Amino acid sequence: MKTAAADKILIPRQPFLKRLAKDMQKNWKLYALFLPVLVYFFVFKYGPMFGLSISFQDYKPARGFLKSKWVGLKHFENFFTDPYFFRLLKNTVTISLSTLIFSFPSAIILALLINELRSRKLSRVVQTVSYIPHFVSTVVICGIIQQLVGRTGGITMILANLFGIEPTNMLLETGYFIPIYIGSDIWQNMGWNSIVYLSALTAIDQELYEAAKVDGANKWNQMIHITIPCLVPTIIIMFILKVGKMFDVGYEKIMLLYTPLTYERADVINTYVYRRGMENAQWSYSAAVGFFNSVVCFLLVFVTNTITRRSGGNSLW
Amino acid sequence: MRQNREQSSKIRIPLGERIFYMADNVLMILLCVVILIPLIHVVAGSFSDGTKYMSHVGILLWPLDFTLEAYEAVARNPNIWTGYSNTLFVVFVGTVLNLLFSLIAAYVLSRKNYMLKRLFNLMVVFSMYFSGGMIPFFLIVRSVGLYNSIWSLIIPPLINVFNLVIVRTAMLGVPDSLEESAQLDGAGHLTVLFRIITPLIKPTVAVIALYYAVSHWNSWFNASLFLKKRNMYPLQLILREIIIQNDLSASSTGDEAFFMSETIQFATIVVATLPILCVYPFIQKYFVKGIMVGAVKG
Repeated sequence: MKTAAADKILIPRQPFLKRLAKDMQKNWKLYALFLPVLVYFFVFKYGPMFGLSISFQDYKPARGFLKSKWVGLKHFENFFTDPYFFRLLKNTVTISLSTLIFSFPSAIILALLINELRSRKLSRVVQTVSYIPHFVSTVVICGIIQQLVGRTGGITMILANLFGIEPTNMLLETGYFIPIYIGSDIWQNMGWNSIVYLSALTAIDQELYEAAKVDGANKWNQMIHITIPCLVPTIIIMFILKVGKMFDVGYEKIMLLYTPLTYERADVINTYVYRRGMENAQWSYSAAVGFFNSVVCFLLVFVTNTITRRSGGNSLW
Repeated sequence: MRQNREQSSKIRIPLGERIFYMADNVLMILLCVVILIPLIHVVAGSFSDGTKYMSHVGILLWPLDFTLEAYEAVARNPNIWTGYSNTLFVVFVGTVLNLLFSLIAAYVLSRKNYMLKRLFNLMVVFSMYFSGGMIPFFLIVRSVGLYNSIWSLIIPPLINVFNLVIVRTAMLGVPDSLEESAQLDGAGHLTVLFRIITPLIKPTVAVIALYYAVSHWNSWFNASLFLKKRNMYPLQLILREIIIQNDLSASSTGDEAFFMSETIQFATIVVATLPILCVYPFIQKYFVKGIMVGAVKG
């Protein structure tokens, strides 16, 4: 709105609504085009945000959003004193930090390695193959995982032979849950996530390398002084986005993989929201838990973005 | 000293680098193998004899007693067929509407001379970073009457904000002059959008179309929230019954199901995954071009 006002700096300022009415008359076709989109956003994106008001209510479907009884912060207090609160927080943070530490760099390393391949053919093959698992659905991935880490599954057998572990159904052991989750995540998404880095790598000016070679820089020096610095802006953007998704850990996959036996390590905030809300119909309580989750997500993006922007780096906004 | 040698022989590749290239090649080939093995296991398993597979231990690289009986069992299963047709409906209708809405929204967001531009953009970007979450979303979808309707898989995910922002960024890269000259010739907004801008950003549109289609093909969670009638289930929900919950009644009938349960699972996976894997190589050439990281900046 500010820029629009600045454009018209020479015209004597009229009240905002009057200017808006004029603008709408002039550009009515554009506004009409946007109307369906606007309606969609109001109902399906902002509707649920207003729907969060039920976390301050004792929501009863029969009474609806407006007529249910207001109860203040009761549900939030209940959540913070919930016996599972710390377990949920710990699991959510552990799983998302593990993806940040293991999955996130794996895509960067893969992009660097693909970029250094001298044979174009091999480079294409590696890309094609490494993207494949991304197109396989979560349900199928989880089905394959079940097969491979079962009592006689391929991965269980390999681990049993290499490290002498007891062949069991690894999905039923709490200790294996996070490694299975992270390992399959890397397997599925490493290739796909490397695309953004590859496209950033192709954008690097080749003359930089020529100049460095003339100055006697070897491959390693070129990597440290040209390639990686050129990748940093991309890495920062992807990092902020990743941090923003931290509390949104892939609950669809967890929901398909976990069992009450592994809740100890596998139950995260979102899966808890699902069980309390969808299975037990505790709408208001689970909405409050989800609200907490959304706020934390938003704050994380906001804070990381501010930090990287202040430190002179790249940022989302 | 090593440094010196490298400087003096610029034409020949230094030994260190040659070792690096070799290691890189080997590593990448190994990676491909590791990525493919689980998939090979599935395909080999789907062609195997059920009883033989049950007593098999470890990774499978080749079918045990090649047979098509698992596929025959899959083909006899009516749930797979209804699931397939439901999914195809959602993928085609859904993706077309996704593209229509995303292109129109991106077009309006990337225009310059109207007052609410900043407000609209802010509205869109904010919804990328903050959401109401699962429960209010479910209640809203139910309250607008989409509960137990196949449209609940199409209308609520009509616009993915991430994809929208990518399209918008691509449109911002199209020179204004093209649009202006078209408007002088009397072209309206829709003509400019679909006749001039869309063809110019074809790589982006192709990638976005693939994103939407894949997400429809693979999504199961919303369907599990919104659909209660079996005959509306998309393929992935049927798959979940067969391969995750190991519900034999969903996969087949009778005694054969017991001995073949695992090979049937594999055959179902192949049948449900192959179509999407056949589409993606055609769009792959656009991936690196179509998604630059600048695209996601708000």
